[in-house]
Amino acid sequence: MLKKILLTLRLGFFSLLLHKMRSSLAVLGIMIGVTAVIWLVALGEGVSQEAQRQIKDLGATNIIVKSVKPAAGSSADEGARFLPYGILREDYDRLLGNIPWIRQAVPMREISREFRHRARSHQGQLVGCTGEYLELNQLSLWDGRFINADDQKLLANYCVIAQSVAEQLFPTENPINQSLQIDSDFYQIIGITADRDPSAAIGGSLAGRDYNSDVYIPLETLRARIGDQVMTGRSNSMEGEIVELSQITIGVANIEQVDHAADIIRELLSRNHPNEDYAVIVPKELLRQAENMRMMFNALLILIAGISLLVGGIGIMNIMLATVTERTREIGIRRALGATRADIIQQFLVESVVLTGIGGALGVAVGFFCKPATNSIRKFLNTFFPDSMASVPASIQNLEPQVAYWSVAVAFGISVGVGLLFGLYPARRAAMMDPIEALRHE
Amino acid sequence: MSTSEPHARFSSRLPSAENGHDARSRQAARVVNLRKEYHLGGNNIVHALRGVSLDFPEGDFVAIMGQSGSGKSTLLNLLGCLDRPTSGQYFLGGQDVSRLSDYELSRVRGRLLGFIFQSYNLIPQLTVVENIQAPLFYQGRVGGKETERCVRLATMVGLRERLDHRPFQLSGGQQQRVAIARALVNNPRVILADEPTGNLDSQTGEEIMRLLEALNESGRTIIMVTHELDIAQRAKRVVVMRDGLLEAAH
Repeated sequence: MLKKILLTLRLGFFSLLLHKMRSSLAVLGIMIGVTAVIWLVALGEGVSQEAQRQIKDLGATNIIVKSVKPAAGSSADEGARFLPYGILREDYDRLLGNIPWIRQAVPMREISREFRHRARSHQGQLVGCTGEYLELNQLSLWDGRFINADDQKLLANYCVIAQSVAEQLFPTENPINQSLQIDSDFYQIIGITADRDPSAAIGGSLAGRDYNSDVYIPLETLRARIGDQVMTGRSNSMEGEIVELSQITIGVANIEQVDHAADIIRELLSRNHPNEDYAVIVPKELLRQAENMRMMFNALLILIAGISLLVGGIGIMNIMLATVTERTREIGIRRALGATRADIIQQFLVESVVLTGIGGALGVAVGFFCKPATNSIRKFLNTFFPDSMASVPASIQNLEPQVAYWSVAVAFGISVGVGLLFGLYPARRAAMMDPIEALRHE
Repeated sequence: MSTSEPHARFSSRLPSAENGHDARSRQAARVVNLRKEYHLGGNNIVHALRGVSLDFPEGDFVAIMGQSGSGKSTLLNLLGCLDRPTSGQYFLGGQDVSRLSDYELSRVRGRLLGFIFQSYNLIPQLTVVENIQAPLFYQGRVGGKETERCVRLATMVGLRERLDHRPFQLSGGQQQRVAIARALVNNPRVILADEPTGNLDSQTGEEIMRLLEALNESGRTIIMVTHELDIAQRAKRVVVMRDGLLEAAH
């Protein structure tokens, strides 16, 4: 039995060798289809894994509440010098007071400022925060220590600066215990945070953030020294705004509580902020959306790749029909020698499956070259078209394709299935021939 | 694919030659009042065979002659189980095979019949040995013992040196020898030869005829269709067909 199958396979293989060109073109069609499935899925996986990683960075158990400047003109008191908006400290208290299962709530206020040391200066973000901010944003200390609770209580004039800021302002000296001037105040540098990759923007809901030009001071110090009223100069006109908190990052103990907490937060805030000067960002929801997007994306890619497999399948059917016509006489001989219809069907099905199987195997082999292929295409484009490459978004430029093992199995399975499906009609046609007619065929 | 089950079903219907049917067991094949009609659409019916009865005792060597259109090819197709008669009976190895299904007929061809064709009809992509083995392949007999038997048969027909050649590397006479070896491999009850020398020059044809005669002398039953009188006369007896009927038996 097994030997018979092996012999049939061998026979199929040799019959295909009779027409090397024709067979290899049919194999090529299937190979391209299989490679297309694997590559497209790999690229899709690469994009979505990057997106998921970014969202996971935000923490799946976190809920981010942000101040958002209302659209110009919607403000009721037009002409006021200072525009008050955003989350208030009483919102912070209200949230803490109403949601008992909040594990932590980290408030933060950031302002664009110029940092000075002697003659040197650096433009960056001044961030008023608490000690939890470090861990929350996956920052690590390069030197010294971060802000702690005592600093808040004492309204200490301490600051922690990012490594890039340190390199800019203190090219030759150790910045620790040196002083940093912000506006007219001086702060003692107690620590340096190591550089980290900027977080990318996620959809429309969260802007990207560059942590490498930040200076951190205790939130309470910021309130006492700088206050809520802030003037910012923008292209010749001064703008004033009153913002108490830029952002609160709320963490709950486990992921099941996130949705409920988010509902309550939205409810509480909507009561006190009729002009929608805030945004609630739930990474878990984004994650779910990203997951849905990924599935839709994959389905679409498989559809596209599936079309190329279909085209390959039609190619297989085409050559199998030609083969059957060409070998009519052989079919007649085999029938005379005792082959049943099932034997004939089996013979031609084996041939088409051998074709698509070889195509599928080659396609899988080429499929695994997705990563090097992407890299060399990128290198090529960077070398010869640096300008157009520069305008491509970073997420595409840094795309790392991930070959998904399920897609390899699916693609190979489909290719063999295509062989069975598209081989069936020609094989049946061969088997249903009248043996006498077939023997007479020239 | 799965040969064992249907195979068993079939062989249970086959009375074995040793179980007491003395008269029949000495008969390789017998046709009784065989008719074949072809419906060509409308009321246009061609009567290819109008009632043919013939006995083929074991060890017979019959030549069937007749002009084209006489029905000799139709008779050969029916004897070869490639077609079914419209009415009448065909006993092969003691069993009436005239009403069998396509599947069962395939089985009968593979087990009880050997074919020799005018144009040899070897399978081009197979070697000499593989061609000889092809009928066994469809019975699921693919062991080393079978291959040995094929080599023995190839040796017998004088192709010991050409076992791995493919048909296009052989002369016509050599190809027909392969076909004869193939017709013997399943140890058939009847060998059907359709113009076996038709494509060969007279000298090679003579060699093939001698081979067939030798086979007949060793006990093989051979039914041969030919239109050449001198070839037909090499057989033990000649039957002539005309308009779908037997005209005369010599």
